[in-house]
Amino acid sequence: MAKKIITIDPITRIEGHLKVELEIEEGKVIDARSSGTLFRGFEIILKGRDPRDAQQLTQRACGICSASHATAASLTLESAFRVRPPSNARIIRNLVTGANFLQSHILHFYLLAALDYFTGPEKPPFIPRFKGDFRLSKQMNKDYLDHYLKAMEVRRKIHDMIAIFAGKMPHHVSFVPGGVTEKPTVDKIVSFLWRLRESIDFIENIYVPDVLRIADIYKDYSKIGRGCGNLLSYGAFDLDDRGRKKLFKRGRFTDGKIEKMNSGKITEDVRYSWYEKKISGKNPKDSDTLPAPGKAGAYSWLKAPRYAGKPYELGPLARMWVNGDYRKGISVMDRHIARALETKKIARAMEEWVLQLRPGRRIYVSCRVPKNGQGIGLTEAPRGALGHWIKISNSRIARYQIVTPTNWNCSPRDDKGEPGPVEKSLIGTPVADPENPIEVMRIIRSYDPCMACSVHLIVPGRGLSEFRVC
Amino acid sequence: MDLTRREFLKICAGSAVALGISQICIPEVVEALERAAAGNPPVIWLEGSGCTGCSVSLLNTSHPKISELLLKIISLKVHPTLMSASGDRVILSMEKTAEEAKGKFILIVEGSIPVAENGMYATLGEKNGRPVSLLEWTKKLGRNAKYVIAVGTCASYGGVPAGAPNPTGAKGVGEILGRKVINVPGCPPHPDWMVGTLVHLILYGLPKLDENRRPTLFYRFLLHENCPNYSFYIHQKFAKNVSEEGCLVKQGCKGPLTYADCPLRLWHNGVNWCIGASAPCIGCVQMEFPDGMSPFYGWPERKR
Repeated sequence: MAKKIITIDPITRIEGHLKVELEIEEGKVIDARSSGTLFRGFEIILKGRDPRDAQQLTQRACGICSASHATAASLTLESAFRVRPPSNARIIRNLVTGANFLQSHILHFYLLAALDYFTGPEKPPFIPRFKGDFRLSKQMNKDYLDHYLKAMEVRRKIHDMIAIFAGKMPHHVSFVPGGVTEKPTVDKIVSFLWRLRESIDFIENIYVPDVLRIADIYKDYSKIGRGCGNLLSYGAFDLDDRGRKKLFKRGRFTDGKIEKMNSGKITEDVRYSWYEKKISGKNPKDSDTLPAPGKAGAYSWLKAPRYAGKPYELGPLARMWVNGDYRKGISVMDRHIARALETKKIARAMEEWVLQLRPGRRIYVSCRVPKNGQGIGLTEAPRGALGHWIKISNSRIARYQIVTPTNWNCSPRDDKGEPGPVEKSLIGTPVADPENPIEVMRIIRSYDPCMACSVHLIVPGRGLSEFRVC
Repeated sequence: MDLTRREFLKICAGSAVALGISQICIPEVVEALERAAAGNPPVIWLEGSGCTGCSVSLLNTSHPKISELLLKIISLKVHPTLMSASGDRVILSMEKTAEEAKGKFILIVEGSIPVAENGMYATLGEKNGRPVSLLEWTKKLGRNAKYVIAVGTCASYGGVPAGAPNPTGAKGVGEILGRKVINVPGCPPHPDWMVGTLVHLILYGLPKLDENRRPTLFYRFLLHENCPNYSFYIHQKFAKNVSEEGCLVKQGCKGPLTYADCPLRLWHNGVNWCIGASAPCIGCVQMEFPDGMSPFYGWPERKR
């Protein structure tokens, strides 16, 4: 069979704009390139503003994981302002962000990923669809459709629940440097707890079993889409006010071993990205973004984040693996299973956290914007490790850098020519029908890409055919 | 679409809640929606420079539920986050809808449209090996749509991507199209505002719009005057910090500059809203958002 190049644009049922180009030979993907098709320039827009605005503006990077950007920005500002929020604030942040993980994971499985495994009703937006090996029986297919519709309700109700402590979703208002704005009172605690229990019922009795059943029916996908095999987690959900103990540990997995994680070893390569060579290999703290549109050999506006020079996969599987909660394998189905089990773990932890709130105690300590300073905020978004870096000069934002999980997962090749995790997952995958590359879709969606998040400071170029996200 | 009278009345009841008007179910209206629903108006949803937050907010609609909206009220031909197909099938669906339902479909745009560099900062699909810009799609589809709705502040007026120095030349849809659009701003907009506007178009046609082309039904109220903290303001009791009791104006609350029914409607089925969570309003529905509302937690020196 001859070589065939196919371009899939847009990739739907992900967050944001993504295009994938594949080279297929003898029914197998032999090369893959992913590129974003939207750029907004968030980091340019942030420059010169009041640092406290970052907490609101960075949420607008992503309508699905806004709560995680709010957490990262709050941590970043607090590290620059040298202030530590009180216990109640830490717990409310965990509840708000945790609940957003629940709705995001449920949304991802049912609304984004599951339509690659079951077929919806014969009307838009469920048709047209790719042809493929839809293996569920008629009855089972009907059950999944029912659960899809139910999932829409459950995730809506979780957003209602988040609003108790966050005002509204997405793009909530409650996190500020120094704490939160909404007080924990008994009516809110009770309302939150009972709503949470309702969602736990769905998670444990419908979502987790649904994922396990799909993983069983599509067993072959436990051998597909492994990727780079390195896993990284910044850790999240502080269990004490100093952040020493977390629900998910900070760390990484490589060469069969769990290792420590040091943010200084994060670098971004640009050999295959449209940036000037001299910034390659810099840490985000010191990084500058000097675009080089049309640079020979480059094919993406995403930089290639690496840890000690290696590509790492981020996300629920990485978190669960580093934490020792799930170590069965690294594949399409392992990603779905880890995500579902993580949902259950977070929901159960939240049940305890909500009862740790102390009505009447402080939720906020006042703080001032320093004249100069630097800050870093490392946390986890539903899709993986999220980092914000700030530099403040004259009480204004001098530099703001955001490195999102999708930056890592969908990154292009690095300076050594090593492909990014998603690219690596695609290379070697059998594709039965290049006109209906459903295998490719299943692999890409197992990562839950969030393209809108992948923000960088970029200046317009001329004559480019591809542009990256944000 | 096949609707029984019973199902139809159910939708009708749902719409009445969404619109907050009880007169909706009078017989001639029932008939109108029945006729309209039988046709299931085709909808194309485009996403430009956005964050998908408006789509997520739409998923939060409760009466009607999102599943009812999708299966019983509209025919959502294209939506980047919800539709099953990818790649060229998406492009074909758009082209087919624009042709077959010319002058009948509703175009909804989320996100602003970057116009710098010929619109190449946001592209969707390819034609003859060349990426097609959202700018091009918006113009092409906008020409042939019966109505164009700009959901969110980005699509309405440019929003956050158009924040200074507006690196991509992001603009609102109305500014780009040579025709009038209906703006439903908010970052994100309340689901009732989006669903209410959509159902209004299906049932009654164009709603009454203010000078910024927003439905007055939702945006005619000065937020500040309808705020439960307004009496604190009258009595000059100001919060000394966010999270504290009192009027938040001195903490930067932009309620006095903002027109929206948030304090009356509340968010998330009455659970809460921004000022309800003791946080200042940032004026996200306004044309001036974000620059004219910044700093969010204070006031620019000259306005003090």
